[in-house]
Amino acid sequence: MSLTLDPNLADADGVYADLIEAHEGLTEEESHAFNARLILILANHVGDRETFRQALEAAGSAGKR
Amino acid sequence: MLDDRYSLAFRLYPYGRCADQDAIDPVRHPVVVVGGGPVGIAAALDLGLQGIPVLLLDDHEGVGQGSRAICFAKRTLEICDRWGTGAPMLEKGVVWNLGKVFHADRKVFEFNLLPEEGHKFPAFVNLPQPYFERFLVERVREAQAQGAPIEIRGKNRLDAVEAREDHVLLDVTTPEGPYRIAADWLIGCDGASSPLRRMLGLDFEGRVFQDSFLIADIRMKAEFPTERWFWFEPPFKSSGASCLLHKQPDDVWRVDFQIGWDVDRAEEMKEENIRARLDAMLGAEVDYEIVWSSIYTFQCRRMKNFRHGRVLFAGDAAHQVSPFGARGANSGIQDVDNLGWKLGLVLRGKAPETLLDTYSSERCHGADENILNSTRSTDFITPKSAVSRLFRNAVLDLAEHHAFARPFVNSGRLSLPCIYDGGLLNGADALPGGPSRTRPGAPCPDAPLGGGQLLERLGGFVILTLDADAPEAVEEDGVTARRLALSAADDPSGALAARYLGDARSAVYLVRPDQHVAARWETFDEGAIRAALRHACGKERPA
Ligand SMILES: Cc1cc2nc3c(=O)[nH]c(=O)nc-3n(C[C@H](O)[C@H](O)[C@H](O)COP(=O)(O)OP(=O)(O)OC[C@H]3O[C@@H](n4cnc5c(N)ncnc54)[C@H](O)[C@@H]3O)c2cc1C
Repeated sequence: MSLTLDPNLADADGVYADLIEAHEGLTEEESHAFNARLILILANHVGDRETFRQALEAAGSAGKR
Repeated sequence: MLDDRYSLAFRLYPYGRCADQDAIDPVRHPVVVVGGGPVGIAAALDLGLQGIPVLLLDDHEGVGQGSRAICFAKRTLEICDRWGTGAPMLEKGVVWNLGKVFHADRKVFEFNLLPEEGHKFPAFVNLPQPYFERFLVERVREAQAQGAPIEIRGKNRLDAVEAREDHVLLDVTTPEGPYRIAADWLIGCDGASSPLRRMLGLDFEGRVFQDSFLIADIRMKAEFPTERWFWFEPPFKSSGASCLLHKQPDDVWRVDFQIGWDVDRAEEMKEENIRARLDAMLGAEVDYEIVWSSIYTFQCRRMKNFRHGRVLFAGDAAHQVSPFGARGANSGIQDVDNLGWKLGLVLRGKAPETLLDTYSSERCHGADENILNSTRSTDFITPKSAVSRLFRNAVLDLAEHHAFARPFVNSGRLSLPCIYDGGLLNGADALPGGPSRTRPGAPCPDAPLGGGQLLERLGGFVILTLDADAPEAVEEDGVTARRLALSAADDPSGALAARYLGDARSAVYLVRPDQHVAARWETFDEGAIRAALRHACGKERPA
């Protein structure tokens, strides 16, 4: 399995709004904890170490300026 | 000048004068083992049972008081059983299967080790180390009575060595003064601070992890179940980063507090301070007696090479791990299991000395696996950064509600035997459909055989056949492999077939004396067996 980096969501705006909404009312610390739980849940859903590594790689390189 | 560094639990080998002390020239011994901890005694036992004369030197007269190791793993018990001392360990040890994990004041989840059927030994027993060592020494005594050429010299301290091309000279101190002996081979089992290592100017490499633990063995009649309880960030007052409660025999419980590297040891060791911690944990109303307590600091590292010419290192002298996972003594016993038969073949001239280099490479692989596991556990238990702590706590929060997160929870990955994947002695893996767990390099899993166990039948080199033909024995260049003929039908439970056949209809395994798989095929092929047998003994393949 390889990581999908092409558009894959029918309703990108909706998903994005859900994500931001989920953080509403949380302190910064709570948001960080929330994100950590979310990443773990999604990592398990991905279910494959290699694909997850590709995701880590993509997340890392996109942040480089 | 020969003072005890610790008090004895069992005085098992009192000092006695020996002829070597009066010899004019140093008496030469085929094998000398220095250090009578669990690993040294085991090494002497393994070699002695092969009929190889072995001399063990220890600077005390018996087994130390400190309880230290308590968790002894299945593979250790299987190896000890091969030496004839598995039964008393199982009898004295406490068997447990249930573990509970807590984070601060809430229970995160519980787990059951769910023992697999068809094994003679459980995944673990809890047995205080002094008993483990005593059972080994008692087995040595029994073997000696049956003629095994083992000698244990108590209060004989190794003070200096001189490594020569084909032997080692040893300066030994006794209560009656020094003497000198020579050894063709020297096995260093003198513990974590190994004086021998220092005498040879050798040191450790690798990642160093440091932490200290306050450890107490307490006797109480209170009703705590036979379970392993582990706390992350325990809620009791000043109990440190983690805490473990574990049952031992005789109403004794082990309590470990991980109290950090920078502690005032003398202060922490005061009985009132230990009691304050224990009271906070157990509740003031619980009555207990402190049997033993100590502060330990741990490091995580290994020697680069376990063989240096005629000197071989094993156990804590060669490698150390943090206590998470109970891998110290357990891996030391696997060292001996690996070294014994190789040294035996070399001493008999049936294998080249270079076979001993594979002792180092295989057991370095084992040590690396242990260090990796215990480093990962340590990083989970004591996160090194804010973000690491964030994820750790996220795992614990999720684990309370969702099964998927529980495998992330790492309170120590309990010792499993090492598989020598990629090992230099491994031969063909030519059994299509064969189970992965019995691939070359793996230790043979036990299986029931209607009125006995498979591992009881494996010793020396064995050609294990399942529903396959083979001659009764094959001798190749002085080394014999004898056949053990089995059929899937020998085990109605199906475990034997599941563990050794998988989807194959028949199988032929070449099994090493340490019960690790050397190679496997679907049917017997004489040329293939001979080549694998040579290869497993470290010999070149025939031209
Ligand atoms: C608190 C604690 C808990 C542990 N729990 C576990 C566990 O649950 N499971 C597990 O597998 N492991 C555990 N371990 C690790 C385990 O105790 C060690 O790995 C084990 O004791 C190592 O055995 P050894 O024979 O290599 O060394 P040691 O037991 O240290 O023995 C070395 C011996 O060499 C002798 N010696 C030293 N210098 C000389 C000299 N110059 N001349 C002659 N003799 C000498 C010493 O007196 C000693 O008898 C634990 C350790 C600690 C401290």
